[in-house]
Amino acid sequence: MSRNPIASSANDPDEVVRFDDVSMRYGRGPEVLRDLTFGLAPGSFHFLTGPSGAGKSSLLKLIYLAARPSKGLIHLFGQDVANAEGSARPELRRRIGVVFQDLLLLDHMSAFDNAALPLRIAGLDAQEYRGDVAELLTWVGLGGRMHALPPTLAGGEKQRLAIARAVVNRPQILLADEPTSNVDHEMALRIYRLFVELNRLGATVLIATHDQDLVARSGRPAFHLENGKLDLLAPQGPALA
Amino acid sequence: MSEIFDPARWRPAPFLPEAETRDGYLVFVVAVLCFLACMTAIGVLAADRAARGWSGQLAEEATVIVRPRPGETPDSAAARAAEAMAGVEGVAEVRALEPEKAYELVRPWLGDVADVEDLPVPRLVAVHLDAKRPATATELKAALKTAGIDGIIDDHTLWLKDVRRAAGMARGMGALIFLLIAGAAGAAVAFATRAGLAAQRDVVEVLHLTGAEDAFIARLFQFRFARATALAGLIGAGGAILAGAVLRIFGGSEGLTPALPVAWSDLLAVLPCPLLAAAVAAIAARVTALRLIQDMQ
Repeated sequence: MSRNPIASSANDPDEVVRFDDVSMRYGRGPEVLRDLTFGLAPGSFHFLTGPSGAGKSSLLKLIYLAARPSKGLIHLFGQDVANAEGSARPELRRRIGVVFQDLLLLDHMSAFDNAALPLRIAGLDAQEYRGDVAELLTWVGLGGRMHALPPTLAGGEKQRLAIARAVVNRPQILLADEPTSNVDHEMALRIYRLFVELNRLGATVLIATHDQDLVARSGRPAFHLENGKLDLLAPQGPALA
Repeated sequence: MSEIFDPARWRPAPFLPEAETRDGYLVFVVAVLCFLACMTAIGVLAADRAARGWSGQLAEEATVIVRPRPGETPDSAAARAAEAMAGVEGVAEVRALEPEKAYELVRPWLGDVADVEDLPVPRLVAVHLDAKRPATATELKAALKTAGIDGIIDDHTLWLKDVRRAAGMARGMGALIFLLIAGAAGAAVAFATRAGLAAQRDVVEVLHLTGAEDAFIARLFQFRFARATALAGLIGAGGAILAGAVLRIFGGSEGLTPALPVAWSDLLAVLPCPLLAAAVAAIAARVTALRLIQDMQ
């Protein structure tokens, strides 16, 4: 797989995510991300690879506005996030679906409630989405577990529930942090196909993963993050359907 | 086989987990604070009533000490003084006190003197003033001067000032104690909110990252603590009404003592307590939650 530095890529006004010379550090610690410049075109599909501690989760956090850069500019949907204050940040977050590495399911809510959460927060009427949520949960294989509380779900079920919550409001950007870490190979492929399906429906997808086999077989481009620097890896072979 | 889930019958779960054990502690602490605040309010009202009663009595009374002129009997001097002051505007009633009253007043200094009637003991004239427009000491003095009577007027001004100052201090202290208790209740709620947010950090984070606005999350804590403290306020106010009723019933016809005359109407003062407690809690919870949520970003 060939590596192409992408630090000098041109600024495309249509990009849904745009980083310009972005660096990030935690507190007074060393920079975990250094001078990153890249963009994600609408409807694109990328993996994000790199060794543990390379900063993959930190990069995703910058995109879903859970962290702020120590330097540089980030644009989401053409909007400078540094200037997005008040209700602008929650509105941006509603356009981004995230599968968190530690899933962050709410233990006091049923699977159905967890999946419906983004729609409730968006202020939609339950009548409007009840059927859609049930259909989505059935689609991810949780049709018989809608009433179950997360602590009673198996690892793979929790993962699929987290994915359902991330995609339920049809986000324009879908970020997933190691979404296949707790599932077997078969389930990993099912989850991957789910992301592909959402990508076909128009979502821009970025998946952070250690699963090099999945990346290689997917035939999708990947960003490789190492020592705070980002390279774009060209896809190998045809895309996995 | 898992039970059948019917989405049509689904009711959304609360965003925050149900009440926790620490909420019970908060209710207890705030109920005690509300009880103390209500008892303070009842005490201030009773003290204020007592002070108003005393100052009213003092303001409506004046005493004139009449010294007879040479050749004049004390009794006729007192009668002339009463007659002179009766015509002054702002005087409701004038009465020359019996000589025995004057003798009683000097007896502690002179002891039992057999022929006390022979001593030049000045006579006293009690003046009852009009409550709405009481005559001043200057007006009374002018009336006595016009009638050629030598007399000293004591309109209790000195006592009146002391009583009014004491009443003002009681009101001020009451208000200060009330504010301190309200502040303590607010601090307790702020502390509970901080602990609640720390315990629910995961929930707050998920709500935050799925697009909930800061104010929306703060409102969840605001309502939760407002509800808990309204209940605490209800318990505290109920306790204070019971305690006040006991003071009123078993404290005699004027309450605990004539010095602190609790009236039934005073008990109504505690009624806004649950609302006030809920308002203090809502403000404290909102401010604390907003600050903590912003710190998370």
